[in-house]
This record gives sequence, structure tokens and C-alpha cells, in this order.
Amino acid sequence: MISIIRTLWRVFLHTFSGRVTVQYPDEKPYLAPRYRGRIVLSRDPDGEERCVACYLCAVACPVDCIALQATEDEYGRRYPEFFRINFSRCIFCGFCEEACPTYAIQLTPDVEMGEYQRPNLVYEKKHLLINGPGKYSGYNFYRVAGLAIKGKGKGTNENEDSPVDVRSLLP
Amino acid sequence: MSEIARSLVTIVVQLGVLLTMASLLIWVERRLLALWQDRYGPNRVGPFGLLQVVADMVKIFFKEDWVPPFADKGVFILAPAIVFVTVLASFAVIPIAPGIGVTDLNVGLLFFLAMSSMGTYSVVLAGWASDNKYSLLGGLRASAQMLSYEVFMGLSLMGVVVQAGSFSLRDIVEAQRNLWFCVPQFVGFIIFFIAGIAETHRLPFDLPEAESELIAGFHSEYSGMKFGLFFVGEYLGIALISALTASLFFGGWLGPFLPPLAWFLIKMFFFIGIFVLLRAALPRLRYDQLMSFGWKVMLPLSLLNLVVTGGIVLMRTQR
Repeated sequence: MISIIRTLWRVFLHTFSGRVTVQYPDEKPYLAPRYRGRIVLSRDPDGEERCVACYLCAVACPVDCIALQATEDEYGRRYPEFFRINFSRCIFCGFCEEACPTYAIQLTPDVEMGEYQRPNLVYEKKHLLINGPGKYSGYNFYRVAGLAIKGKGKGTNENEDSPVDVRSLLP
Repeated sequence: MSEIARSLVTIVVQLGVLLTMASLLIWVERRLLALWQDRYGPNRVGPFGLLQVVADMVKIFFKEDWVPPFADKGVFILAPAIVFVTVLASFAVIPIAPGIGVTDLNVGLLFFLAMSSMGTYSVVLAGWASDNKYSLLGGLRASAQMLSYEVFMGLSLMGVVVQAGSFSLRDIVEAQRNLWFCVPQFVGFIIFFIAGIAETHRLPFDLPEAESELIAGFHSEYSGMKFGLFFVGEYLGIALISALTASLFFGGWLGPFLPPLAWFLIKMFFFIGIFVLLRAALPRLRYDQLMSFGWKVMLPLSLLNLVVTGGIVLMRTQR
């Protein structure tokens, strides 16, 4: 009996402990910067898109929601001809972000993606591409890799050795 | 002639106030429950969510009012009306304020006890008429619960009657001018309140009608307005027990500064708040725990209360 009175008193004291509800459209809950929300494709600090269409994200995705096709520009730089993510399948696990070698694909703390028609949930590259570097500013894959693209020849990066002529006998 | 007109006006006004209050109690209960569960209740529809009641009523009216083809039609439709009618009839004898009140029967308390016994019929008829094993079991459990708790509801009130010397509710309120009956009749107050909770089958005694138990019990075949009648009847029952506790044990409309009607309403809403707090705080009693608590704890206590009260009053009058 005493425990019942004690329970009643303690529940009554909840009058003064304030509500924990977040009144959603008027107040929004706090989402941390590393929160795994909407997927974006980011760009270099130079303004070119980072994605090299290596298909690693499509392979890593546990539900197969990424579809892309690689193609090259006239200087030999690879880029995706189309890049499609089906957000009705995406589970926002972040495996694609971990697999990407160039920090192109990233997950952002944006969760407001509601649509009225299911086909509108399939995002194309024009919906995914953003104009900034996303979460990793200052990283340019081609500054540390050895490929030759427009504006950079072989062996011209900082820690890169020049190419060796394998047919010459000189040291 | 003006007597009849005055009575008719009182009756109509009281009916209107009661029905409005029963609907507002839905809003009060949801907001209070939410307050004690650290969340907001309905607060989107209308100011403070008050229009939620209107939305609920529109929803209930638009639901399909279906009578099962295998059910006993007349009894099926009659059952929700019985509890509604008996509770509204019981409100006729409650003294609200010195000039306000529909009537003052000199056996008012017996009338209330008789009406609440009739309320048991609605539950058992609803369970029977649904022609559904689960409804029948739920109805049987509910009626057994209500029957057993009525026994000592009446006995606990006898202590009040012995002290006040009359069955009329107005005389009982008048007899509390010096000291409210909750002090000498504390045990009786507790027993009556617990019995009242079991009569209206509220938590912690709502096993017969809980949604997750026995497929919602005796009203599982009801939908639409009939279900609404059960629901509103339950809220009116809460209001009735609160009003009775306030009148019988806490002095009704007696109090220092405010007008009597204000005191009555304050006390009544305080007890309604206690009903909602019980719902928010306590887990449900299992059926055998419920029945053994009633017969093994409450009944001896109420008999003891009656014997002691009778003995003390007899000693006082002998002197």
C-alpha cells in the first residue's frame, strides 16, 4: 500500500519535470555533423567533381541501391555518365562513404526527404551533386594519385617520382 | 406551475452541462495523462487541442454503425444505453449547491446504489448479446468485478449514514459543517473510492475492457456511436464517483471564501484528477488479484469500519 502511495506521488512530481517532446515542424531535433542522412556527391576544391566512377560504392552497398556508368573526358579523367541512388532502398548505413577512395560520396545530416510519389525518390546525379567539398575540404584525389589528367602530367605531384624509362640502360 | 418550469430548466441545464463535461473530460484526461508522462497531449487541433474532442466526435459519427448479424439486435442496441441512463439518473440526486440540484430524495444514497447496481446489467448484456466467446468472458468478468465491489461500496457508505443519521445526500452534506467525514470515516473513504474505481472499471481495475486483454473484452463487437456511448458513460461514471466522494466525504459545497458551486467543482475536479493520476501511475490488476483483494481485504475492512462507527455513535448517544 505504501509503495502505491509512493508511486502516485512520484508520478505526480512529473508535473514539474518538463516535457521531452520536440514539437517537430516548429522545433527541429539536433543532428550531429556525422549523422548519416541524405547522400551527396561532392566536388574538389578546384570545382571539378570528385567521383571517379570506380564502382566501389555500388559494390559496397548492402541493398544495391546505387547505379552508375563510367566514362572518360578527352583528357583521360574518369567521371560517371549517370549516377543514380534509389532512396526508397537506401538504408543510410554509410558503407558507400567508407568505400569511396576520393571522398566523393558523403552522408549529410539532412533527413527531410519525404515525397508523395515513389519514383521521385530515385535521385539522379543532378540531384546529388553539390558545389562544395562537403565534409572533407582541401582533399583533391588527383593531387596525391599518379594519373595524368588535364593540367597535370605524370610525375608532377609532390611526393611522386617521375616516370622511369624502362628501355634505357642509364641509372 | 413555475415549480415545474424551474425543475425542467434545472434538468435540461444539468443534462447539457453533464454531456459537455463528459466530452471535455476526454480532453482533460488526455492532456493530464500526457503531463504525467512527460509529453504533450493533443495540442494541434484548435487552441490547446480543445477541438480534438470535436474531431473525435466527428470520427465516431462517421464510423459504420454495424450490428453483428449473429447478435441479439434489441439487447445489443440497448446495452450501451443502460449505463448511460443509470449514471445520468444518479446525477439527479447529487447536491451541487444549496439552491442547485434536480431533487433531494430522502433515500438519495440508496437510489445511487440501486442505479449503480443496474449499471452492471449493461456490461453483462453487452457481453451476452455480442454472441462472441471473448465478449462473453469479458462481460462475465466485468459483471463479477462490479458485483463484488458494490457489496462493500454500500457497506462503506453505511458508516457515513450512521454518522449523518440520514440517507438524503443534502442532509449528509449539511452534517459536515463542523468536520468533513473524511476524518472520522477515513477507512470508509478509502474503501468507497477504491470501490468506485472498480465500478467504473478504470485502471487499475480495468481488466474487462483493456484493449490488450481478451480482445477488448465486452465491447469488442461495438463500433461507432454505441462504442461512443460506452466511452462517454464511463467518463460520466468517473464524474459521478468524484462528485459523490466530494459530497459524502469532503463536505460537498462547504468552504470558506468562494461560492458553494465553485467549491463543489473544485473538489469534483480534484477527484477526477486523482482518477487520471491512478491511470497514469499504476499497473493493471490481474483478475484473481482483483477478486481476492475485494473479498479478502476490502470486505472485512468495511465491516469493521461499520461496526466501530456504529459502536462509537451508540456510545455517544447513550451518554
